[in-house]
Amino acid sequence: MSDTATHATDHASEAGHHSSTGLSNNKLAMWLFLGSECLLFGGLISTYMLYRGRVSDGPHPSQIYDIPFTSVSSFVLLMSSLTMVLAVTSAQRKDDSRTTLWLTVTALLGATFIGGQVYEFTTFYREGLGFTTSLFSSSFYSLTGFHGVHVSVGVIMLLATTGIIKKNKVTGNKAEVVELVGLYWHFVDIVWIVIFTLIYLIPS
Amino acid sequence: MAIIERPTTELAPTVVVTPSQSLGALKRPVETTGWKEWLVTVDHKKIGIMYGAVAMLFFIVGGVEALFIRLQLALPDGRILSADKYNQMFTMHATTMVFLFAMPMAAAFANYFLPLQIGARDVAFPRLNALSFWLFLTGGVILNASWFLGGAADGGWFMYAPNSGPVFSPSNGVDFWIIGLQIAGIASLIGSINLIVTVLNMRAPGMTLMKMPVFTWMILVVQFLLVFSLPVITVALVLLMFQRSYGATFFDVSQGADPLLWQHLFWIFGHPEVYVLILPGFGIISEVLPTFSRKPLFGYPFVVFSGASIGLVGFGVWAHHMFASGLGPVSVAVFSISTMAIAIPTGVKIFNWLLTMWGGKIWFSTAMKFAVGLVVMFTIGGLSGVTHSVAPSDTQQTDTYYIVAHFHYVLFGGMVFGLFSGFYYWWPKVFGKMLNEKLGSWNFWFMVIGMNLTFGPMHILGLQGQPRRMYVWTEARGGSGLFTFGFWNMVSSIGSFILSVGILFFLINIVITARKGKQAPADPWDARTLEWLTTNPPKAHNFDRIPVVHHLDEFFHRKYEEDPATHTMTQVASGESLIRLEEENAETHIHMPSPSYWPLVLAIGIGVLGLGVIYGTPIMVVGGLTVLLGTFGWVLEPSTAEASDFETPSDDGHTKEIAPLV
Amino acid sequence: MSTATEAHNDAHEHGMSDAGYIKIALILAAITALEVSTYYVDFGPLFMPSLLIMMVIKFVMVVSYFMHLKFESRIFSFLFYTGLGLALFVYFVALATFKFFIA
Repeated sequence: MSDTATHATDHASEAGHHSSTGLSNNKLAMWLFLGSECLLFGGLISTYMLYRGRVSDGPHPSQIYDIPFTSVSSFVLLMSSLTMVLAVTSAQRKDDSRTTLWLTVTALLGATFIGGQVYEFTTFYREGLGFTTSLFSSSFYSLTGFHGVHVSVGVIMLLATTGIIKKNKVTGNKAEVVELVGLYWHFVDIVWIVIFTLIYLIPS
Repeated sequence: MAIIERPTTELAPTVVVTPSQSLGALKRPVETTGWKEWLVTVDHKKIGIMYGAVAMLFFIVGGVEALFIRLQLALPDGRILSADKYNQMFTMHATTMVFLFAMPMAAAFANYFLPLQIGARDVAFPRLNALSFWLFLTGGVILNASWFLGGAADGGWFMYAPNSGPVFSPSNGVDFWIIGLQIAGIASLIGSINLIVTVLNMRAPGMTLMKMPVFTWMILVVQFLLVFSLPVITVALVLLMFQRSYGATFFDVSQGADPLLWQHLFWIFGHPEVYVLILPGFGIISEVLPTFSRKPLFGYPFVVFSGASIGLVGFGVWAHHMFASGLGPVSVAVFSISTMAIAIPTGVKIFNWLLTMWGGKIWFSTAMKFAVGLVVMFTIGGLSGVTHSVAPSDTQQTDTYYIVAHFHYVLFGGMVFGLFSGFYYWWPKVFGKMLNEKLGSWNFWFMVIGMNLTFGPMHILGLQGQPRRMYVWTEARGGSGLFTFGFWNMVSSIGSFILSVGILFFLINIVITARKGKQAPADPWDARTLEWLTTNPPKAHNFDRIPVVHHLDEFFHRKYEEDPATHTMTQVASGESLIRLEEENAETHIHMPSPSYWPLVLAIGIGVLGLGVIYGTPIMVVGGLTVLLGTFGWVLEPSTAEASDFETPSDDGHTKEIAPLV
Repeated sequence: MSTATEAHNDAHEHGMSDAGYIKIALILAAITALEVSTYYVDFGPLFMPSLLIMMVIKFVMVVSYFMHLKFESRIFSFLFYTGLGLALFVYFVALATFKFFIA
């Protein structure tokens, strides 16, 4: 292992990497990935914006959205970002038990959000908004569905990270792993910040 | 421990890797020789060779598809292909050439040479690199399986909806197209992230961005184009898949859909894609031209910045593919202007290449012939492109053979010529032998004459009114006099076969070189960049000692010193002597990333998952589970067997440890 | 180095203590409450602009503080904001060709 002297001068990236930029490979990769995801969700959001008024059949957006309910689940997701940050700071402090605690809480909040989405989708479906009912419905379900899948993958990653930390099988820098999962999780949150405003709060 | 101690002059030291902790019965692969080695390799050089071999195969497939088209159109009332088969043929020809030949062949060069050019030992994420290759192969196989499973996709390579929807394209062909491209797209997306991080983080000490070779720069720009454009076609493919497989109405006009949505989503990806196709060729000849002109590249900063500008502005011109779609005059005018603007940085490059050759001592090797060929052919293609940017004239040209002429000049005369230049240039480094120059000459001349005979007449045919994608033409439409449809179509078809003979010369060259070619020296062309500071082929760890870089064209400056008074270059070292010097000062304890079978497992899982969309949910579940378990296996596996990590040396001489997560 | 000083250094390096993050979260919650209030209270002509501005503020706050981008190398910001910028540009232009922004 490298000696502490060289480590101390290289604190720019916690993981102790040496690279041309001084930055971590994994972090660069994650930010690039998130940059590209902006274009993915942008496409789905644009499709929705184009088609939200095209209701050949079934309910209109204004008839179907339950703003109070969605506000609560939006709040839940937002708070999960806070618990995620607390998990990251715990990991940076090398406090494994705190880290796994906050990771679990974040996963629970995320699962609650997903539960809310499932409830919302089933309610909409019962009220006549199926996937293929209209362009509005297809666009709505595609966009929020994609987001929901991203959240679900995030929940799996949070739980998996918790398990891997508990079993002490982390390959690589533990704090960085948590940080990377955190970046993904926050991204999923900011996409929802956009979706909540553009899709729910601003009526067509 | 995967330690290579005091590397010898042997070409490929065998490394014995003891398997690390495994998940139950699954042990880490240890193969370093034999065919199994290729299945589990994470070495960028081997991955590059695999990309190249598979891409070459698809080049031939796509070429045969083209020959069928030319046979059908050689004579009036052609009966070689039915209308339906013809639709499949031109769709698959284009799809194969763009996604299964051009992009992967560029990936082959990038994979092999980018790490070498920046003085690195591998890419940032070696297992992800392997995954990219296996995903590409999976996507390519799925795409072409359609030929045997009910018919190939038939909607044209840009697959306009609603024509590509379930009503007008009822066979599974388009579904295979969607799945195949999605998977290949994931491969490219992962690869792009990999290479960007590699360039940003793994350059040799002293190599600033503006000391990187132009090929590396162009590949970097390409990766940025990919990382930001691929998600857009992902959306388009998903929407189409939802419509075809799950009943959504995204492109169903009767439900209020707008077909232009597909066109926008496709071309927002599609236009950056064409720069993805051409920039690697530009990068290759930016290495070849200086080497064989015995002069440095003229205006290096201009070449670099114009490449970056092309990348950026390339995101702002897509609707020039839609001039005749009813966008309206404002949109058309805006995109017309932006399209004219993008000709400027390209023109800058052409001038820089010409000025590189001006006053140089030109050596017309085959690589140089192809490089010069690119400059000439691409300029012709670019000029027809400029006529397209003028929207009123494009309205006449669009969907005619004039467009087909344009893009084949820039793609075949540009990209393919660039790739062939790269083949002849870099073959000795990869395979240790030089391709035969005499055969190379036949290869080149048949290709250039064949190409011009094939695609030149298409300009005229287009202006005479022959539409694209028309499966047959009749005497009545052919016009009168000597220079009719008939005349030019026949010339074009004959040209395509002359072109094929040219390609055949290349394949023969490969075989003859493998059998009887003489061993090549490590630096046969007296080249300028770091990839030549290696043995033929490079050792597994690439460089015995990571080079410290002081100049642009570092390798050249180690061989030649400039007399400040007279400005003449004197040779102070040869390539071979420099390599021997490196061997004498070789580093100890070089740790390389270990092989892994998870990339292959994951690629198969994703392939099965994709097929499940066509063949049913149970198959999706199997694929999904494979992906999930494969991901866990991957994450729990250290990137290098045992605790030893992938290392590059730091400035202070101590080796530091890097533990890539993936 | 004792853990106390390490934690102290970390806080300085990263610029935020746990209390700081909680403060950010409270601000975000307050903005969210304000956003939701637009459903109940008539904002008049300010409705659309205020919602969009609040959305952007929340977005940037999560990115800058929770994702730590404000305190990190500019390279990360470049990579992310280039993606975001390109997305905004191409989709804005595409929607414009559909006359989406014309009343």
